[in-house]
Amino acid sequence: MTDDVKDGPDNRGRRDFIESITSVVAAGGIAAAAWPFVQSMNPSLDVLSKSTTEVDLSPMVPGEAKTVSWQGKPVFILRRTDEQIEKMRGEGEGKVPQADDSRVLEPEWLVLIGLCTHLGCVPNRKEEGWFCPCHGSAYDNSGRILRGPAPRNLDLPPYQFVSKDKIIIGKKA
Amino acid sequence: MSNKIVAWIDERFPLTAIIKHEMTEYPVPRNLSYWWNFGFLAMTVLVIQLVSGIFLAMHFKADAGMAFDSVEHIMRNVNYGWLIRYMHSTGASAFFIVIFIHMARTLYYGSYRAPRELMWWTGQVLLIMLMATAFMGYLLPWGQMSYWGAQVITNLFGATPFIGPEVVVWLRGDYSVGDPTISRFFSLHYLMPFLVVGMIVIHLVALHMVKSSNPSGINLAAKDNIPFHPYFTIKDIFSIGVFLIIFSALMFFTPNSFIEADNYIPANPLKTPAHIVPEWYFLPFYAILRAVPDLLGGVVAMVLSLLVFAAMPYLDRSSIPGGARYRPFYRALFYVFAVDVFILAYVGAKPPEGFLVPLGQLATFIYFGLFILLPFLSSKEEKWLIKRGLPPKVQELVDAEVAQRAQHKADRAAKRAARRKK
Repeated sequence: MTDDVKDGPDNRGRRDFIESITSVVAAGGIAAAAWPFVQSMNPSLDVLSKSTTEVDLSPMVPGEAKTVSWQGKPVFILRRTDEQIEKMRGEGEGKVPQADDSRVLEPEWLVLIGLCTHLGCVPNRKEEGWFCPCHGSAYDNSGRILRGPAPRNLDLPPYQFVSKDKIIIGKKA
Repeated sequence: MSNKIVAWIDERFPLTAIIKHEMTEYPVPRNLSYWWNFGFLAMTVLVIQLVSGIFLAMHFKADAGMAFDSVEHIMRNVNYGWLIRYMHSTGASAFFIVIFIHMARTLYYGSYRAPRELMWWTGQVLLIMLMATAFMGYLLPWGQMSYWGAQVITNLFGATPFIGPEVVVWLRGDYSVGDPTISRFFSLHYLMPFLVVGMIVIHLVALHMVKSSNPSGINLAAKDNIPFHPYFTIKDIFSIGVFLIIFSALMFFTPNSFIEADNYIPANPLKTPAHIVPEWYFLPFYAILRAVPDLLGGVVAMVLSLLVFAAMPYLDRSSIPGGARYRPFYRALFYVFAVDVFILAYVGAKPPEGFLVPLGQLATFIYFGLFILLPFLSSKEEKWLIKRGLPPKVQELVDAEVAQRAQHKADRAAKRAARRKK
């Protein structure tokens, strides 16, 4: 008799089981179908191919700063003089102390993302470092915040030296 | 908790009442066959087209100089762009397959007859909207077939009396199909599906008023019904499963069988491809257009070939229920018509040479001839069937319908007489 209930339509547990595995399979199917659509909104291959920028450093003289574009963002490159390197050594005098060593690969070359960490304006080059025209944040020659509303030091892009005077931005060292 | 939320909503919006009325207590004849699943399938395809279309539009550029390349960009660079584009192009064909079957079922079982005329007519409007949407979408890849298809179809409007050439230029926004044309086609191609959704709402409201027809053709009103949910939701979901297997097979294994090879050549306004054909779903109508050796005549014939369906509730004079099922003449006409449409499609796909020209004309003649003959044949058939003797149940229904018709006629006469007295 028990077998009848087990196999018959009255076995509620069996029905619940079928219902829940059907729901799980359906949810899985919907998720799998949604995946290509979600992915299609991520950067396409042609965008990804533009995700690194190579910069030739050989024309830059000590003390020279320049701005290059990487993934549509400005990147500051500063060839620091011995005097600047000397001055920046240590943790700096700003709001967020950080060792200069940890902010560069080679002390001579400073590479920064040129967007103010406050609200994303592009700071202007000054003798002292950089100064943001939007809300007056000032950065030193290591890109560390000295004064103003910015919460962080200027961010560092991933980059590596391909040769002595050539870097590729967008690839981690 | 969920009960409380539902109660809260019910005080402000008739949620439970709607679910009851349209789903759990909506009566559906229990004898529906799988031919009655194609309306639901059409909505499924519409959703596929809407979703894939919205995502394609994120990457497509509606510009004569960039459109072709942007489609290739979708195919090669965009993540899963190939999948989304093939889904959309295969979906267009799937839409027409499903809709044609949906229409064939309506014709075979006589579902267009009273009281479902408005369902049939809104369906006709939906078909024409769908054709317009498909036609405008076909220009967007800006290949040779796209370009010359649009050139030819917009030229059809040159048959408008008196202002033909002006209408053509107005439609294109240019002297030939060009950048303004692709921009407006893109805009309208994006707009149309939303109008289609609105028309489907009307179609469904009408359906829920008159309820589904059924293969017996006998009105089962409140006699032999089961609720839509769960019985037909489950059946519809099952049919979606079968449909998606076939759809996926087409989309993944032969996506280009629905795309002419010439459409992978960028549009060239100075050179027409050697053999230009419309998309397969336009072929029968294209054959009718070509069968008439006169521009205006051809256009009129083609437009009529679509509009003539709307007259079906009046052309069919028989009161025998069940459409082709209980009506041997009508069934024969249906199959002759179906074969005729396939012949027209074949003629439309081939260059107009040799015996194909008279064949196309003969098929066009038969196409319209069947509609013209239907009133005579259907009333003759009715008399013959009644004389031969119908099954008693069917006879009862016929008598009821005849009585109803007579009553209706008498009522109108009485009203007229009353008005005259005043």
